[in-house]
Amino acid sequence: MKVFLKIWRQKDAKAEGKLVDYEMDDVIPHMSFLEMMDTLNEKLIVQGEHPVEFDHDCREGICGQCGVMINGRAHGPLKNTTTCQLHMRSFKDGDTIYIEPFRAEAFPVKRDLKVDRSAFDRIIGAGGFVSVNTGQAPEANSIPVTHEMAESAFDSAACIGCGACVATCKNSSAALFTSAKISHLVKLPQGKLEARKRALTMVAQMDRENFGHCSNTEACEVECPQHISVLNIARMNWEFAKAKVLK
Amino acid sequence: MELNAKIPPGPLKDKWSYYKDHAKLVNPANRKKLEVIVVGTGLAGSSAAASLAEMGYKVKSFCFQDSARRAHSVAAQGGVNAAKNYKNDGDSVYRMFYDTIKGGDFRSREANVYRLAECSLALIDQAVAQGVPFGREYGGYLNNRSFGGVQVSRTFYSRGQTGQQLLLGAYQALIRQVAAKTVHLHTRHEMLELVVVEGKARGIIVRNLDTGEIERHSAHAVILATGGFGKIYYLSTLAMGCNASAIWRAHKKGALMASPSWTQIHPTSLPQSGGYQSKLTLMSESLRNDGRIWVPLKKEDPRKPNDIPEQERDYYLERRYPAFGNLAPRDISSRAAKERIDAGFGIGAQKNAVYLDFSKAIREQGKEKIKEKYGNLFSMYQKITDIDAYAEPMMISPAAHFSMGGLWVDYELMTTVPGLFALGEANFADHGANRLGANSLLQACVDGYFVAPYTVSNYLAEEIKTGAIDANRPEFIAAENNAKELLNRLASIKGNKTADYYHKKLGKLLYDHCGLSRNREGLNYAIAEIKKLQEDFYANLAVPGSAQEMNGELEKAGRVADYLEVAQLMCYDALTREESCGAHFREEHQTPEGEALRNDEKFCFVSAWGWNGPDEEPLLVPEPLTFENVNLTVRSYK
Repeated sequence: MKVFLKIWRQKDAKAEGKLVDYEMDDVIPHMSFLEMMDTLNEKLIVQGEHPVEFDHDCREGICGQCGVMINGRAHGPLKNTTTCQLHMRSFKDGDTIYIEPFRAEAFPVKRDLKVDRSAFDRIIGAGGFVSVNTGQAPEANSIPVTHEMAESAFDSAACIGCGACVATCKNSSAALFTSAKISHLVKLPQGKLEARKRALTMVAQMDRENFGHCSNTEACEVECPQHISVLNIARMNWEFAKAKVLK
Repeated sequence: MELNAKIPPGPLKDKWSYYKDHAKLVNPANRKKLEVIVVGTGLAGSSAAASLAEMGYKVKSFCFQDSARRAHSVAAQGGVNAAKNYKNDGDSVYRMFYDTIKGGDFRSREANVYRLAECSLALIDQAVAQGVPFGREYGGYLNNRSFGGVQVSRTFYSRGQTGQQLLLGAYQALIRQVAAKTVHLHTRHEMLELVVVEGKARGIIVRNLDTGEIERHSAHAVILATGGFGKIYYLSTLAMGCNASAIWRAHKKGALMASPSWTQIHPTSLPQSGGYQSKLTLMSESLRNDGRIWVPLKKEDPRKPNDIPEQERDYYLERRYPAFGNLAPRDISSRAAKERIDAGFGIGAQKNAVYLDFSKAIREQGKEKIKEKYGNLFSMYQKITDIDAYAEPMMISPAAHFSMGGLWVDYELMTTVPGLFALGEANFADHGANRLGANSLLQACVDGYFVAPYTVSNYLAEEIKTGAIDANRPEFIAAENNAKELLNRLASIKGNKTADYYHKKLGKLLYDHCGLSRNREGLNYAIAEIKKLQEDFYANLAVPGSAQEMNGELEKAGRVADYLEVAQLMCYDALTREESCGAHFREEHQTPEGEALRNDEKFCFVSAWGWNGPDEEPLLVPEPLTFENVNLTVRSYK
């Protein structure tokens, strides 16, 4: 099949970017989207042009490193699927595909489709952990956790930190990302002790990084590759309010 | 040169306690004067960096990914083993030790393996305390599942994302130290050179992958936790960026490599569908708990799998290995699949796969139960193949997966360069010639959380009077120049073939001649062909742009340059080992039934290799293995 690509090219953070046209004649439906990009890059390299820089690593949807806007949607047309798990069978012969970086003030473009998502690491650094040192842990079965609660904590903990929630949000809010970690840890007895402090410091860091506010459009949940629920945001708001009142 | 593994004295079960009781300590006031570099932020790297920083050392941590959380430990699916015996099924530290050493076909050190099993208990405690949401029973206690090569249930899991959850625990511990400024984390930095000063590892040269700048970093000890290099086969279950460069460049500075050809070919990955393919996605071994593997009894059977009646299916693992059946270890399962595929019974468009069938489990347990156990794997399978595995069997095929081989380390996880440690998959230590499922997450964690804090401290105790290491010493300048020279050389060839072109060619050579089965003729052929490919690489490689900017192609080219050298060593390693053991199957050495034939008289040793320069054959330094607690038996899963 043949596709027409319009790809965002930008030499570095300071340079001005623009959409550049490319044509691909030999696309196979079973190719993954990133393999289609590899094939394009092979051609560019042999022509002596700089290939399109894009982030990717595991290519099985779990590392969270890949992520681009495809026709205006974070990770492309499929729901709850990372860019690397998208295949060309989701497109039609003759389609025009717009490929752009995840855009947010907190995610500056580094080159072409690569963005800087280190703000996420700093949000985790503000309290997204249990303060336990190596060697301090008690016997694992000494604190039972119900099956349902462990599964629910897992649902929140499954976030891969790709940033699709931010990219798809009209406010560039990191509420889904931040709330997933707050919820994961507050659902477990091990994380409960620090719950109040964590809610305050992580939310404060999220604000410092220039993410926007959440206005409950729920667009983030639609694109999230791990089906992280917006109920986590409700839980974050509850934990935050509780911490503020009880402070 | 003689290798000293530094095994502590005493009975097997007391060796680690003996070591801990006698290891030298560093006073807390002195710890803050001592610097440690940790390369890699997977489970081994993050856990080591966090634990050492908690103790008070100054830690510098490096990874090539854009966040520490993306290291490839994240992709491990099935679980992590521990001898907790929560299932009351007869498990114990000794039994886990025995399963692991037998699983490795008696080619690993008893003392190391015993320590791995012993420390498994504390690892589960540690992970639970960090908030890792392991699967639980309805009463609230931790649950276990079974894995290949064992007859007890000792595998802890977080659905099919155990690696992710363990890594997030370690990553959060690391980031907590970063926020406390006890760890300086450098993401998007790739190690190019090890700096050795007066015989000791004293620093590294790295490249900032965003800007192209070269930096020098000094320390009192260097830890490499850079993972495995199965990506050398190009098509593998590994991430695109996984590489051998850090350990290979350390190897060229004096660290011996052990058993580099022992690569685990995982039996349950998705088959290749075309030449454009970049990756073979793994389907967790845990699926073999409930999935049955089969091929049609009739060659080139045109029928759809569900139309082939029970009596016309060959459940070849259950047939050949009735005691373990579908849970036979990985090396054996992969070889059995290859045997059927090579004999013409493969299925799928390219006849390169076998079926993994869940219909019986779904009939017996219900679709919901199967969905709860493996839901994410089934949906991943559907995304990639467009096939609903609840309705018809999965198609699976063997793929390069785990490097049992790596930098040779002693009991302290120190390489042959003093002050240079190798942790996790980057070392050769615990898995022998075949790793059991769910032991890799364990080994990475045990090395980082529980071994390195003792052994690195024991080393650093001698360094308290050394003072800060000056990164302007001539050794640093020379190493930096060396790194720059290679980068500029690769960037200035300006040929017409990409790094991926060479990588794919190399991968095919290795799959064909140094993969699931090997023979003398094939290995000699591969060595000659790799040398030719290497010449072509340095004559016709195309890398656009320069070394002074973000340049993904230059990164790839550097890794392929190293792979071309590693591959030759792998072939020498396989060629000189005239026996079959674990993942190393030499066609000349097999039983009449086609099982691996070990030669304990001549090859009961680890092959450690020294670098003799690019045009010389490598130097073989054997480390004899002595077994005082187990009898070397024929590894039977029948």
